[in-house]
Amino acid sequence: MSRTILKVEQVSKQYRLGKIGTGTLSHDLNRWWHTVRGKEDPYLKIGESNDRSTKGDSQYVWALQDINFEVKQGEVLGIIGKNGAGKSTLLKILSRVTSPTTGSIKTRGRIASLLEVGTGFHPEMTGRENIYLNGAILGMTKKEIASKIDEIIAFSGCERYIDTPTKRYSSGMTVRLAFAVAAHLEPEILVVDEVLAVGDAEFQKKAIGKMQDISKGEGRTVLFVSHNMAAVKNLCTRGLLIDKGKVLFQGAIDDVVTKYLETEEMSYSKVFINSSIVYKLIRIEKFEILSEIVTGGSFEFEVLVVSEVEQLVEFSVGFRMVDTTPVFQLYSGHVGELFSMKIGENRIRGRINSLPVISGNYNITLWLGSKGTSYDLHKNVLRVLVREGAIKEGGPISSKNGYPVIHQTKWEIV
Amino acid sequence: MEEENEKWLFEISGKKSYWSINYKEIWQYRDLLLLFVKRDIVTFYKQTVLGPIWFIIQPLLTSVIQFVIFSKIAEIPSDGVPYFLFVLAGNILWFYFSDSMKSTSETFTANQSIFGKVYFPRIIMPFKVILSNLIKFGIQFAFFLVVLLYYFAQGAPLLPNWSVLLLPVLLLVVALIALGFGMIISSLTVKYRDLNFVITFGISLYMYITPIVYPTSLVLEKIDPKYHPLIYMNPLTALFDFFKYAFLGSGSLDLWGLVYSIVFSVVVFFLGLLVFNRTEKSFIDVI
Repeated sequence: MSRTILKVEQVSKQYRLGKIGTGTLSHDLNRWWHTVRGKEDPYLKIGESNDRSTKGDSQYVWALQDINFEVKQGEVLGIIGKNGAGKSTLLKILSRVTSPTTGSIKTRGRIASLLEVGTGFHPEMTGRENIYLNGAILGMTKKEIASKIDEIIAFSGCERYIDTPTKRYSSGMTVRLAFAVAAHLEPEILVVDEVLAVGDAEFQKKAIGKMQDISKGEGRTVLFVSHNMAAVKNLCTRGLLIDKGKVLFQGAIDDVVTKYLETEEMSYSKVFINSSIVYKLIRIEKFEILSEIVTGGSFEFEVLVVSEVEQLVEFSVGFRMVDTTPVFQLYSGHVGELFSMKIGENRIRGRINSLPVISGNYNITLWLGSKGTSYDLHKNVLRVLVREGAIKEGGPISSKNGYPVIHQTKWEIV
Repeated sequence: MEEENEKWLFEISGKKSYWSINYKEIWQYRDLLLLFVKRDIVTFYKQTVLGPIWFIIQPLLTSVIQFVIFSKIAEIPSDGVPYFLFVLAGNILWFYFSDSMKSTSETFTANQSIFGKVYFPRIIMPFKVILSNLIKFGIQFAFFLVVLLYYFAQGAPLLPNWSVLLLPVLLLVVALIALGFGMIISSLTVKYRDLNFVITFGISLYMYITPIVYPTSLVLEKIDPKYHPLIYMNPLTALFDFFKYAFLGSGSLDLWGLVYSIVFSVVVFFLGLLVFNRTEKSFIDVI
């Protein structure tokens, strides 16, 4: 049994809503007057739970309320929850950027956070100088950095530019350099918040690998916050689900992710209508599934494309699990189709004879582009329910063996 | 499990402790302090042609202008030493004080993005400001010595004496006052931005009640003796007079004034530390 390295007890955090300005002084004086007389802070008694969508009456709100959990050494804890649930506040408290209103956190190790990589980077300084400064900000000594500098530079893949001021770097390069420094920290507890959303695919792979090394190989503890359920499942052993500032559920990561996806408000629909206001030359205006959605049944859809130029395009419909793991794709490029768009409205219709997935919930991702260039992309915009059916008419209803994709096969004894 | 009794490395809680300063932790971050100082100095003159010479131009031009206005036009005396040297000495010490105080007072507002992301002892920032300004003062002081030698060779009546050896103590006392004032203001500006406006013109007014462009003796002579204590209430008066007394031999040594300045500096420094400690824990929520 490994020992507890981090213990969070009864942590709550209160924020004052609205503007800070007039009225602050009177509240401060009132608070001070209560403290002088040895009474409790009058403003701690009030406050409402953290629900972003409803309008409350109180000026004070609890961003976190009575958070309790423990982390054992070497554990990778995934912290998940909707936007505004209080994850970032919790991480801010853990990384000592702000302090809790009540409660305490006890730790047996140094905590370093990757809340935002590249903190303290100065554009006028070279990559090498910035590595030293950033490393020191994150808590390393000069000696520690000097012993790892070659490793850090190699990891970042910026050898060629290391003595050039970082203002000449592309944003991707800056992030790579910053993550490289952070990844070579050696704290007992590492707090990571969605940094993996940056960098290209190759670098993301490298970063995830490094995080796995940190937790598995070196036995360090990682607290990981992300909306990418696939990454969370992949990396974490235990999970903590936060909703409206309270711990809703904690336990094995698979259970926590399932619980989270259950609470996610996303209704089933067969139609997607683009509500984005971002201007695009060519955009997917509407996507509609015309057929029934049944395993083995025919599957037909139509997409409405609005274009301001004449252009050859390809179209893709991707099926993903609700945790966003890709399942299968219908891509016009696979069959060599290119559609020529006229200026104005264009309709493309696609069809497959047999839908090759077992019953369950899927997310649909739409993509419009040509030869590697994306014109319009909508990730997980539709949630569909595939109903049970057979892949061959009159055949058995598909069973659940865990394989999501099933396909008709021709069998014979030879 | 018996390990509950085992010692925790540290505890994060909402309780505020005013005096506890984690010296061990600050010591662990000493490299950061030096790297911050290096960043300040290096980036100051990146992409400039004149480089570090800019550090000298500021007090030089100020002194030239003041020489023309206060000596040539207004005919303010300077205790028998060349006026240019007199005002240059005052200016380099003043820039050391005012730049330190101004940067320290901006600690929270200027660093909110970095403070909002990572933790390190916040007190590193004011210390870094003092060190950077000390280096800047060093360059300006070297320039001052060159000018001093020039006048000396010209036969000007200058009497540097043994008290120049106390320069490090003088710089420490000035730094403590700058830090103390700066930390108090920085903590207050977190919530009440009004003070930002006060500080900008406050500093320039403060310059005129500090004996830089005029000797203290002149003020004592022109002002009714019942207001004299007001002049000595300014903790900088004795310090500036001492600096000029040590290097130029102008004026006289005011021992009680120095004791007052030293006591004042210690008190204001610890007061600043107290306020700063109280603010640093949750300033990020209100800034």
